[in-house]
Amino acid sequence: MEVLMENLMGNVDWLEIGWASWDTLVMVGLSLLFSVLIGLPVGVLLFLFGKRQLLEQPVAYAVLSFVVNVLRSVPFIILLIVMIPFTVLLIGTSLGVAGAIPPLVAGGAPFFARLVETSLREVDRGIIEATQAMGANVRQIILGALLPEALPGIIAGITVTAITLVSYAAMSGVIGGGGLGDLAIRFGYQRFQTDVMVITVALLVIFVQVLQMVGDRLVLYFSRK
Amino acid sequence: MIVFDQVQKSYQVAGRAIPALHPTSMTIETGEVFGIVGHSGAGKSTLVRLINLLEPATGGRILIDDEDITRYSAAELRAFRRKVGMIFQHFNLLSSKTVADNVAFPMRLAGIYSKADIRSRVEELLARVSLSDHANKYPSQLSGGQKQRVGIARALACRPTILLCDEATSALDPQTTQSVLRLLGDINKELGLTIVLITHEMDVVRRVCDRVAVMDAGRVVEMGSVSDVFLHPQHPTTRDFVFESENVDRDDLQQDLQKAEGRILRLTFKGDATYKPLLGGVARESGVDFSILSGRIDHIKDTPYGQLTLSLVGGDLDIAMQALQAADVHVEVVR
Repeated sequence: MEVLMENLMGNVDWLEIGWASWDTLVMVGLSLLFSVLIGLPVGVLLFLFGKRQLLEQPVAYAVLSFVVNVLRSVPFIILLIVMIPFTVLLIGTSLGVAGAIPPLVAGGAPFFARLVETSLREVDRGIIEATQAMGANVRQIILGALLPEALPGIIAGITVTAITLVSYAAMSGVIGGGGLGDLAIRFGYQRFQTDVMVITVALLVIFVQVLQMVGDRLVLYFSRK
Repeated sequence: MIVFDQVQKSYQVAGRAIPALHPTSMTIETGEVFGIVGHSGAGKSTLVRLINLLEPATGGRILIDDEDITRYSAAELRAFRRKVGMIFQHFNLLSSKTVADNVAFPMRLAGIYSKADIRSRVEELLARVSLSDHANKYPSQLSGGQKQRVGIARALACRPTILLCDEATSALDPQTTQSVLRLLGDINKELGLTIVLITHEMDVVRRVCDRVAVMDAGRVVEMGSVSDVFLHPQHPTTRDFVFESENVDRDDLQQDLQKAEGRILRLTFKGDATYKPLLGGVARESGVDFSILSGRIDHIKDTPYGQLTLSLVGGDLDIAMQALQAADVHVEVVR
């Protein structure tokens, strides 16, 4: 058995794999946190500024929507490279786990903002009207009615964003981002160590599966419909 | 008192103003149940939303207890809306909040009630609408009638003086409709609050309203006490509504009338006259024979009324007519 393992996975350094997994977790976790912190308010604004919505603002909507679309239309691999000077300016380096986070947020936040906008649009207009009829102001409508009603959709959006960030984080290995993607590229691809490639891919698959399962459970828990 | 003074509303569609409500003046008295009927698109939804300015008016003045609400600032308008409850066709409850939290919601938004106040008020309201056992359920676990009762409890939470009902029973089955209407009637009596109710069913108006306005194509075409409008409709739209609510097929009725002999009269009576043994007496006195072609005895709110279409043969018709009129019966000669 040991011989078999040795032959099949001779190149696998489990400590290295462990650290790379941890780095991926940190990258996804932190970039998800910032994506939500930035994307949620942006998504709420997109919704409010939209046509026939509470704070209809065609110009503001067009500007915000344009920025979101630009960030979303640049392929992430290009975004990673384009962001390098900005990342260096922001945190001093474009390498490693820390260097990967700004481009990940630049990719994740606009993606999540659109998902927030969509799930807010799905809230029954009648509920907004009823809340207005109670004398609520815009802040109360958002915090008291819209966000609680859209919560299951927003949680589903966080799940999808997290999974997207897992694959973006793996991509950041190309510019020296660290984590499982970095391992896969340096060992699996550049040194033809197929066993390393298999392990990293398997770990990423497990990671995504767990995220989806947890997300689905949470959506179910918060759905009252 | 709600006073509409030349109030109008139009929408801008592709640069053109499309009128939803032509200049309208009317008065809704404090404590009455005022019905607004009309087909969909007649403007009744717009009219009721002008009362709490969910739809801003494009002209005219809306006076509520002598204050022109169209001049209110945003903050004044929000404070005013707390005194106007509203219930909806599709209930519009928050699916993410429990029944108790839905009822407490307007009080929490107002920000002037203590936690203890809110708790006791919610308990009191849920008891009033017979939903105390369902306080911790979510709206999706309730039936339509129960949801509307939550809606009513929620609308009453901040002790409003006006309750707006937007097709509140249109999504409910006939039995549930009846119980919700009874609840609205009771609330009106107990609390003395003004109820403005829009519907496309004349039956709803007949059961609970004191006065009614009939709308057609953005105009109020007829307005008056429910018994006047119901029993003596003037405008074609009103007649359509009354016919619909009576479930009478016009063609059948025409055929029956053609087959009948002699004079055809339509008798309308209400109140005590409904219970009097009138027809037999009139027949004996005047010597006419009668047969009933169609008829209906029912209630308008608490007042009984009847409407009979008779054919009369032989005897002295003038004496019969006089006797009927003397007994407070409105007589209309159909043929």
